[in-house]
Amino acid sequence: MWNILKLMVQGTNASEPAPQEAGAEELERRRIGAELLGILGRALAIRQLDAGSCNGCELEIHALSNPYYNIEGLGIQFVASPRHADLLLVTGPVTHNMETALLRTYAAMPEPRLVVALGDCPKNGGIFGASYACRGGIARLLPVDVWVPGCPPPPLDILRGILAAVGRLKSAHTSP
Amino acid sequence: MPLANLSWRPLAELPPMWHGNVDADAWLVAARSTRASGGRLVTLWGSDRGAAGCAMTAAYATQDGLLWLDLALPPGQATYPDLAPLFPAAGRMQRAQHELLGIAAAGAVDTRPWLNHGTWPADWFPLREGSGLPPPGPAADYPFVPVTGDGVHEIAVGPVHAGIIEPGHFRFSVVGEKLLRLEARLGYAHKGIDALFARTAPEAGHRLAGRISGDSTVAYAWAYCMALENVWHVAVPPRAQWLRAVLLERERVANHLGDLGALGNDAGFAFGLTRFARLREDWLRLNGTAFGHRLLMDCIVPGGVATDLAPDAAARLLAQCDAAEAEVLRLKTIYEEHAGLQDRFLTTGRVTPPLAARLGLTGLAGRASGQAFDLRADHPLPPYDSLGTNMATHRGGDVAARVTVRFEEVLESLRLLRAMLGGLPAGAVRPAALPPARAGLGGGWVEGWRGEVFVALELAADGQRVHRCHCHDPSWHNWLALEHAVMGNIVPDFPLINKSFNLSYSGHDR
Repeated sequence: MWNILKLMVQGTNASEPAPQEAGAEELERRRIGAELLGILGRALAIRQLDAGSCNGCELEIHALSNPYYNIEGLGIQFVASPRHADLLLVTGPVTHNMETALLRTYAAMPEPRLVVALGDCPKNGGIFGASYACRGGIARLLPVDVWVPGCPPPPLDILRGILAAVGRLKSAHTSP
Repeated sequence: MPLANLSWRPLAELPPMWHGNVDADAWLVAARSTRASGGRLVTLWGSDRGAAGCAMTAAYATQDGLLWLDLALPPGQATYPDLAPLFPAAGRMQRAQHELLGIAAAGAVDTRPWLNHGTWPADWFPLREGSGLPPPGPAADYPFVPVTGDGVHEIAVGPVHAGIIEPGHFRFSVVGEKLLRLEARLGYAHKGIDALFARTAPEAGHRLAGRISGDSTVAYAWAYCMALENVWHVAVPPRAQWLRAVLLERERVANHLGDLGALGNDAGFAFGLTRFARLREDWLRLNGTAFGHRLLMDCIVPGGVATDLAPDAAARLLAQCDAAEAEVLRLKTIYEEHAGLQDRFLTTGRVTPPLAARLGLTGLAGRASGQAFDLRADHPLPPYDSLGTNMATHRGGDVAARVTVRFEEVLESLRLLRAMLGGLPAGAVRPAALPPARAGLGGGWVEGWRGEVFVALELAADGQRVHRCHCHDPSWHNWLALEHAVMGNIVPDFPLINKSFNLSYSGHDR
């Protein structure tokens, strides 16, 4: 217990701005956070779905929860049920074996719902392409609001993609 | 060497690999004698030999290195002797090869489909030469093994899990909160990578191999390049060899840091997650600065590495080793002294050493159950040969043992990284040109962070075309062991047990 407290008060604690973060990245992260809260005024709930990725994208999505990006502090949470989700975050080339699960997850989400396709795979299958095992992307299955390219995209690009999708939701709401 | 009467042809010197042809009798004799002499089944794969029929191949790890045994199956013969009674992990591998190639283990007890969820016709085989693309079929039901008795009920989980997790289905049979049986159904991430290799140029295959399991991209890319370099007789410059080892150890540390944090979190200790997640992010950022990719994808290329390490980057990597070590040592003490954590870790998800040996538990999970195998120590390549690797082992076999092994492996990797970065040989990081392509067989065998990754490569058409590339993930063995590890535990401990193994779905489903 004393060791834990000691580490907490030693000044290297996560809640402090990290030394490397004084630059443009940290400013952008804060701006994204403020915009998200401004648009939604509440937490954004994301259901992440791996449609056959190599797990590289999942590693970078996980990184969003670390103290540097602190995605929950920005008012974004990952939820277990699609029925609680505003946004579906899809990775992978959509394997045939995951197609049904993908469609059912989307169908279970309440409207309005957003879809963000993460990485090079959902676009056209990426390096895996289309085959007997892969659909070769998500486009023919679901309406995608934002594509985030990269293999895998770094965490800040993922945040930008989520913000861009939320921005679409806002413009859909305010337009007559 | 078992089967001294066979004629063995050397495939590679380091790590040592031997090739031999067997008939159906010798196939079983080899399996039995490997089992009896403490050897392990690494993997099984089949290949189409055109007019000559098919072949089934087994790779065994022995003290003499890797034995690569080919069993020819002439046209009309579609079965070979079942290895599952000797090596339980062979069962699923054989089921997968049946779906991909149409050759089956004779008399196998379990013949349920494994990778094919009804999405391609059962009489169509993706790895047969000239197979056209079939129309996808409807999803098929999977007959799980039922567990019956008073009060037994099933919990079905997946393929979409509650969290940011790869797809897979778990069927738990429970009484109250106690787990009687877990049966996994995998294959959801099956991407047809084996068939895709045949459409990939040999010198580009490392990119595909590096995306079989994103968390092990270095291990796969290295294993693929090693296989290609063995076939083409490429000499890797010493500096490139050392840099490959730097990349491999950085991948190991990154994964252990992530998992140690998640293990704390799964036991209700969010402090551990926060600290380790921060360490991991620092680690990944410096990967990006020093090597151009946070997860180190595409850094290893045929012949060497993609880019050289800048002198100032080497100094930063060294400094990071010191900083990370100090923090990991502090956290190790905290984990060890935290009664709540140890209460959750100790005796949870136990795989005893005899069971681990029987199931072929491999990699870090194997080492935590007394299976003292580590390619870095058993068949060391440069620079591991001169630096030496202190293998972390434990006999506890529980979550606590896997946590301990992970801590020790992080610290050992940091020691190795310091030695490697301090002693990097000068020179080029890839040859000026690759030697002319040639046909043949080559293997790549690398101790990834999760366990041994093996790539079997067969090049045809004067080495211009990949005839067969089989990439093996240690998860094939360890998914099976996970089903045993959870027996008798409570349902809420499953996430903790699962995370302590952290197996790859994508690497397994391929």
